[in-house]
Amino acid sequence: MRFVLNHLRVMTIKELIQFTRDAVLLIATIYLFTFRIYVAGSGAGLSLNNAALRIHDSDHSAISRELISRFRQPYFRFDGEIHNEKEATPLLDKGKAMVILDVPPNFQKDLLSGRHADVQMLVDSSNSILGFLASSYGAQIVAGFSQEIAMRNMGLKQMPVVEDKHRVWYNPNQKKEWFMPLSELLTAITLLAMVLPAAAMVREKERGTIEQLLVSPLSPFEIIFPKILAMTFVILIGTVVSVFLVLEPFFHVPMKGSFVLFLIVTVLYVFTSSGIGIFISTIAKNLSQVAMLTILIMLPILFLSGSTTPPEAMPGWLRVMVNFSPLYYYIEASYGIFLKGAGLNILWFKILSMAVLGLGVFGIGMWRFRKQFG
Amino acid sequence: MQIKRILAIIVKEFREILRDPLYFSLAFVVPAMIMFMFGYGLSLDVENIPFAIVDHDKTHLSRDYTYKFAKSRYFNLKAYTEDGRKLDKMLDKGIVRMGLIIPEHFQENLSAGRKADVQFLIDGTLPYRTKITKGYVIVMNAAFNSEILSSYITKTMGISLKQAKLKLNPIGLQVRYFYNEPVKSIYSLAPALIGMILLMSPPFLTALSVVREKESGSIYNIYSSTVTRFEFLIGKLFPYVIISIINANILWIMAVSLFGVPFKGNLPFFAAATAIYVVCSTGIGLLVSIFVRTQIAAMMVTTVLTVIPAWLYSGVVIPISSLDKIARIEAHLFPAMYYNYIIMGSFLKGVGIDILWKNVVALIIYSIVLFTAGYLLFHKRVKA
Repeated sequence: MRFVLNHLRVMTIKELIQFTRDAVLLIATIYLFTFRIYVAGSGAGLSLNNAALRIHDSDHSAISRELISRFRQPYFRFDGEIHNEKEATPLLDKGKAMVILDVPPNFQKDLLSGRHADVQMLVDSSNSILGFLASSYGAQIVAGFSQEIAMRNMGLKQMPVVEDKHRVWYNPNQKKEWFMPLSELLTAITLLAMVLPAAAMVREKERGTIEQLLVSPLSPFEIIFPKILAMTFVILIGTVVSVFLVLEPFFHVPMKGSFVLFLIVTVLYVFTSSGIGIFISTIAKNLSQVAMLTILIMLPILFLSGSTTPPEAMPGWLRVMVNFSPLYYYIEASYGIFLKGAGLNILWFKILSMAVLGLGVFGIGMWRFRKQFG
Repeated sequence: MQIKRILAIIVKEFREILRDPLYFSLAFVVPAMIMFMFGYGLSLDVENIPFAIVDHDKTHLSRDYTYKFAKSRYFNLKAYTEDGRKLDKMLDKGIVRMGLIIPEHFQENLSAGRKADVQFLIDGTLPYRTKITKGYVIVMNAAFNSEILSSYITKTMGISLKQAKLKLNPIGLQVRYFYNEPVKSIYSLAPALIGMILLMSPPFLTALSVVREKESGSIYNIYSSTVTRFEFLIGKLFPYVIISIINANILWIMAVSLFGVPFKGNLPFFAAATAIYVVCSTGIGLLVSIFVRTQIAAMMVTTVLTVIPAWLYSGVVIPISSLDKIARIEAHLFPAMYYNYIIMGSFLKGVGIDILWKNVVALIIYSIVLFTAGYLLFHKRVKA
């Protein structure tokens, strides 16, 4: 036992030294954990902001102006009026306008005399989400305005209506500044956990140094495990740095649960993901193959596990596949710990699933390695 | 410059690629697989939101109200409970993403002509899902209200149901969608995926192939040969440009035939613009290969430089127009954004070079800068 521990220690230090020797790799890792996360947090979110809006108002009445004034920021940005319908299409073609609101002539007259009036909205839906959001915000604005006009016309005050009061939990203002950096951190961890151990393994194969390790008094486990240990160490430091230097000071991401629990879950996740990496490294003969295989396996895991899109809407077969993605459990657990303040009593099943998955993948990787070199 | 020497390097490179069948097939399989998986799997539509109902009223009106949500395709009823604490627990565990609570006296209030409250608890962890969920709730609540109100007005004012509806809703909104008329998300997604994949795959192939020679030392054969650095770079990159152009064709065919995305633009123009884009992203790989010494570093740097920006800035998930500040500047630094305009213009809008020329010029400038930098920084003489 003492020998094993000593072997592991020495090999882990060797891996760390090898990692720090590659300056570019070191810089890339630091970038992923700091600047990258900052950019993600201060940058984009999936929402409709400042959609360029042009107005074609053929009525020019008090009511039409009142309606138009409700199309405002943050969703819409008023970019001026057009005076001819023919101007509309070129504006949309060039991407200079996203929404064109068309108010018909006699709009006010119709409404005041109790007739129905339609306004028209031309929406660029080449991005389907934006198109959908624009029309649904538009519908909300028009419906709200329409109701007010109706109430005014009828002179009613008390009405039997259902008022929907919504409260948003966990991220009350839906701040993308909380969501995006966390999502980016989990992406960085996944990337490094999968690539680094696999690459470190295949490098030994490609350079032939694996032969030296095999003739040394090291067991296959003692060759593989330190690679994972070293990378886990690197990733943990990166995570701590990222949480305390970027997430907290810049974005004030709440840490409602236990940070220690988050670190433990992270360690477990890194082990699971590096199991996948080790598996890849037993298939691949050279690093180019590792790169391609990693991309092939990593991209779906990264982007279909729910870090950016809701997993509920995926087709059935993929929802089944997602259950085999360790990142899916990690995301649920991390958001749970950070935003919901969830503890082991709530997350135990997810953590257990991840551990079982990790043991399975790691076992297969070890088995294949033994078969190749044992 | 001698054509013969360039040809020799091209032949050597192709041979090396073919000698590694796994790598060779992955070079084609990976892009197609990503297109396939993401095209079918990456749904940005928010549907089947799991939710639970807590009904304290238990009257027919409250059941009417909840039924609207339960039968909608946007929501997926997971639980019906009378215990509010159970709902909290389910939200905490992520079993449901929304809770609908109907307080007592719901029916009583409405029947008496008073307003009634219902409460929605929404999970805010994924902001984009939350916003869309809220939108659905508002729309469905409004639909219910207009039913209740029109029957109320019919009773109190003694007019027909049709008149009551008109009175309640004097302004209608007609929406006409342009370019993606059925508002299918795959129409927006599949073209954007082409841009994303063509930004990732060529740099990987290129950077790895150059750095592999560096790491194994075989690049010294080139250093000591009569081949000039210009000939070497052209010969080295040519095969990867060809592979990527073949991939672009495959992806285009997949988008049009598999996913049924309409292609309304000019095909020769699009093909030419795509070739320029591929050259551009190959140039990114070239530049990476110059700065790194090991294949691991090449992999990491290429991932950092392409995968994440491709995901964020190629318009796949986040429309470029809703980027702000830093992200917008960063988006301008990557060719993905310019190509996204070309691809959306060609597929969905059916516009041509007269409108898109600026983006093509940007891509050409981008390629020239990358290759000039690559050429200037690549030295046959190793630093002492």
